[in-house]
Amino acid sequence: MIGRKILSAVAIMGLGITIGFTNNASIAVADEAEKRAKDPRNKHFIVGEIKSGYVYMTSQTRDMQDDDFANPAFVWVDTGEELWNKVNGTAGKSCASCHKSAAKSMKGVANTFPRYDPKTKRMIAMQAYVNRHLGEKMGAKKWKWESEQMLAMTIYLKLQSRGMPVKSIINDQNRATLAPFLAKGKKFFEQRRGLLDMSCKHCHEDYVGNMARSNVLSMGMPNGFPTYRLQWQKPGSIHRRFSGCNKSIRAKPYKRGSEEYTNLEFYLIHRSSGLKWETPAVRN
Amino acid sequence: MASKPRVKLPKSVNKGQVVQIKTLIPHKMETGRRKNKKGGKIPRFIINKVEATFNGKPVVTADFHPAVSANPFFSFYARVEESGTFKFVWTDDKGGKVTTSKKVTVK
Amino acid sequence: MSNSIRKSENTLERRDVLKLLGLGTVAAATGSIVSSDALATPDSAAKLISKLSGTSSYKSGKITLKMPEIAENGATVPLTVRVDSPMSAGNYVKSIHLAAEKNPNPEVASFHLTPASGKAEISTRMRLGKTQNVIAVAVMSDGSVHRVSRLVKVTIGGCGG
Repeated sequence: MIGRKILSAVAIMGLGITIGFTNNASIAVADEAEKRAKDPRNKHFIVGEIKSGYVYMTSQTRDMQDDDFANPAFVWVDTGEELWNKVNGTAGKSCASCHKSAAKSMKGVANTFPRYDPKTKRMIAMQAYVNRHLGEKMGAKKWKWESEQMLAMTIYLKLQSRGMPVKSIINDQNRATLAPFLAKGKKFFEQRRGLLDMSCKHCHEDYVGNMARSNVLSMGMPNGFPTYRLQWQKPGSIHRRFSGCNKSIRAKPYKRGSEEYTNLEFYLIHRSSGLKWETPAVRN
Repeated sequence: MASKPRVKLPKSVNKGQVVQIKTLIPHKMETGRRKNKKGGKIPRFIINKVEATFNGKPVVTADFHPAVSANPFFSFYARVEESGTFKFVWTDDKGGKVTTSKKVTVK
Repeated sequence: MSNSIRKSENTLERRDVLKLLGLGTVAAATGSIVSSDALATPDSAAKLISKLSGTSSYKSGKITLKMPEIAENGATVPLTVRVDSPMSAGNYVKSIHLAAEKNPNPEVASFHLTPASGKAEISTRMRLGKTQNVIAVAVMSDGSVHRVSRLVKVTIGGCGG
């Protein structure tokens, strides 16, 4: 069966056994994975069994994240701060007009998205909420999900939660309402899809720490998003990452802000509880 | 997108102190080798020069080629003998310039 | 972690797997300069360095090039060049040049320093299309030229997206 052929090939690669690559490069990369795991900086990025994507990066990439100047995402932080203070829309207001200092008013807000939206009876992600806010409260034009403004604003907002532990919004009062969305997100995570017939779980749980070609497979934690990705040479949202991962396993990607990706994001945040918010992180 | 450069250097130093200056400017650094969706080439467009001067005198100049990564990061050192102003100029392939300045005081 | 080539009963050629995963084209799609027809060669890089520094006779010892052994991602590879020099009016580093042996073009960057630089150390980030040597030379005020090179391993990432 074709499915099994492909899966065995991918499983072989997933276990780090190379097919036709030069021996020297693959040995070096495998040793490198072990070296990264030994970095003493890791201890701040591991909580029990859960590990941030930070621990899977090279030490140079970690250096970039640890220095706010070297971290290119801070260009977007600067823009986010400008946008926060800029009057925008027919209401003649800026974010600061109502919310004053972002450092105070937005502290911890990263933990509150995706949140339940009683209007649509669905979960709503931060980007979608920002757009609704722009339209309804400010009379301003919406921003595209991966636009420079939306990246800048969401990074700036989440930065105010940096260092705080990820905390699921589910509690005894809202459990009945939110549990179904969490379940949908978990189901997506575990469901096989695409030509390669793989699920998120295969790479990000079953084969964590192994190599997918030259990358070490991380646990797929969301606590650094929007993140500056070296591959993109700019920051990107977690829905962009979902889209790319789905394309890589030859599955049709869902749209930014889709129910599927919003529920998945909700599940991932719940799953990463305890890790610290790192936005904006630097990843491969 | 603001093409606002970022510069990091100390505000006050001792006379003769050698300080590290870090700079970063957002820019795609389009190599000219990428193809668009229709198969045509996306033209090269990069920052090809960075100049740093102090009180009008050259400190360091960098010539960049497409092999320099996007959002070019460039750090170097400067010896500060007197109070004054560092000026930084980034020049792109079309001759466009972005400038910023930072003052430094000698204690 | 074994690096031996193992064949399952359903052998798939590397290029077939790459095609299926669509990963062979990911690097091109992301716009990095990864290209299977790299144009620079160790020879053209050497010629460039010789032209920029004005000589083919190099010394070693005063110049160091710090780069990772393995690049996290070829699009952004940090590097630091340091040259041992007093950076005084009579004895300083005039310029530092970088070249790549297997990129589409060997040119990378050149830095022109002055005694006001105080310390001959520069850092930046470069693009590397494949595993290759990066060469750095420092031209001193007395005309001597120091050279160093570093091998950086670059492999295409696992999950592009």
